[in-house]
Amino acid sequence: MSELLQVEGLKTHFQTESGLVRAVDGVDLSVNEGEVLGLVGESGSGKTITALSLIRLVSPPGKIVAGRVMFGGQDLLQASEREMVQLRGDRISMVFQQPKASLNPVRRVGAQIAELFIHHRGASRRAAMNQAVELLARVGIPAPERKALAYPHELSGGQAQRVMIAMALALKPRLLIADEPTTALDVTIQAQILDLLRELCRDTGTAMILVTHDLGVIAQTADRVSVMYAGQIVEERPVARLFDDPRHPYTRALLASMPVQGRVAPRLGAIPGSVPPPGRMPAACRFAPRCAVRAERNMTICTHEMPALYPVEGGVSRCWCDAPAEATT
Amino acid sequence: MTAYIIRRIAMTVPVLFGILFVTFLMKALIPTDAVLALYSGQVSEEKAAEAIAQIRAKYDLDKPWYQQFAIYVGDVARGDLGESIRTRQPIVDEIGYRYWNTLVLTFASLVVALVVGLSTGIASAYWKGTWIDEVAMGIGLLGISMPAFFFGLILIFFFAVQLRWLPVMNAGDWKGLILPAVTLGLIEAAPLSRITRASMVEVLSQDYVKAIRAKGLPERHVIFRHALPNALLSILTILGLQIGGLLGGAFIIEVVFGWHGIGELAVKAIGWRDFTITQAIILVSATTYVLVNLVVDILYAWADPRIKLG
Repeated sequence: MSELLQVEGLKTHFQTESGLVRAVDGVDLSVNEGEVLGLVGESGSGKTITALSLIRLVSPPGKIVAGRVMFGGQDLLQASEREMVQLRGDRISMVFQQPKASLNPVRRVGAQIAELFIHHRGASRRAAMNQAVELLARVGIPAPERKALAYPHELSGGQAQRVMIAMALALKPRLLIADEPTTALDVTIQAQILDLLRELCRDTGTAMILVTHDLGVIAQTADRVSVMYAGQIVEERPVARLFDDPRHPYTRALLASMPVQGRVAPRLGAIPGSVPPPGRMPAACRFAPRCAVRAERNMTICTHEMPALYPVEGGVSRCWCDAPAEATT
Repeated sequence: MTAYIIRRIAMTVPVLFGILFVTFLMKALIPTDAVLALYSGQVSEEKAAEAIAQIRAKYDLDKPWYQQFAIYVGDVARGDLGESIRTRQPIVDEIGYRYWNTLVLTFASLVVALVVGLSTGIASAYWKGTWIDEVAMGIGLLGISMPAFFFGLILIFFFAVQLRWLPVMNAGDWKGLILPAVTLGLIEAAPLSRITRASMVEVLSQDYVKAIRAKGLPERHVIFRHALPNALLSILTILGLQIGGLLGGAFIIEVVFGWHGIGELAVKAIGWRDFTITQAIILVSATTYVLVNLVVDILYAWADPRIKLG
């Protein structure tokens, strides 16, 4: 499998009145052609900002201050805005968390899909409209000719997300970034939408970065998983390895907090403490203050030095426990 | 949509009757008796009494009020606004051509207001917090704070007196239109600009703008085809009020520039104490205001498909 996207040392910072917020602080990611990478983490861990940084749509005061985003032999952080406009929606597209809020309320949904063909492919209005109707049928919208003329407020949340997916995959992009695509939907709809995403991506050979806080969604959909904590990647593994043998203490805690079907746990695990506030980010390992392993083994290095990403079976882990012996001395 | 429009039109009928009734009642409210005022001190008392009785009969002033009102409504419906107390000429003729003049001035100033107001408002919102925003909003504040007549006089001083490019007073050609239209247009542009900025700033912060950008549409398209239509609703509201106000006659500006519109006539008629003209102008202005708002409400439904019925 060849590598489609490679992100190295991505940093996106926000200059706010209360100080500098390092929302994304040195993220490394890689996505292979046609694969589904799950990007998982608690709210506030920087997942969404990472996703938006990849296509350079972070709103001010957010600013990408360092890193490389290699895609198709080009560093997107060095590309001109004009090149980015051409690339967005065509080769990299995005699906957002709130489908109904992501559609223009005063334009018909068919026209909103059709404009992709008009702008990126130079299609005529009529041909574009026909393609839009076909796409609506493809994503499972009943009576697509009629729904193409509907306004977003006339759709249900699930239908709106199907429309967003139709738009995102209209031009058969190489990469789809799906930011919490099912979070705002009813549980019954969530599985349908995930299946649809996976199926369509497989058909078009599109790779996907699936951003979510929901490990269930990850288990169902992803091939590989990157776990994010406080603006950094802490572990990256194939999905089966991550669930069977999590290495980073944060991943372990995260998995322990997930209910497992068929197993009656006396009490679900909760991670003590909370994500450190932006102003008081630990200088060394960011998870150290909440880390059970550090407390148990009484490791001092964790609060003095930042661990790197160390190779573990199938992937990497940002934990001193996984560091080779020479690194800790 | 059609049902909404019909319902909205039906709602204006009682308002129009209200206007008719209030203008009709004004006769009873004004402090002087117009007929008495007409003859006082001019002829001998018994002749005056006879003439007054004649006049009262001629204008149906001797009939009960509800009959008078029915006659008044009937006359207005037939396009008869009565005749001027002063000149004895039909008011419709006078108001007719002046209404056209006011319409021309309103339209011209609206073009200026829309071009200046929308472009500065959109630019301010887009480059929010930059020097472009500061400058545009500073000028806007000036426009809101400055009285229209004073601004008009400044323009006259520079462009008519100093540079001699344009006439001081309207001479009936297109040149006479420029200064009053620019004056009114710029004054109206100020609030329009601020409303446009405020609603564009709000729209641009919405999720769907980010989603539209993620589709890779050119920025021009994002702003004008997606964001602006969403900001249109609040722009329409203020625009409706402005057009209604302008069509009712820009009193001071019409006087300052010698523009023979409704507003100038109103000022003159009040000076002449010509009650019937004043009454007719109030009727016409108020009706215009109501009709413009009717059009705006219908445009709402067109601009925002979410509006079912207000």
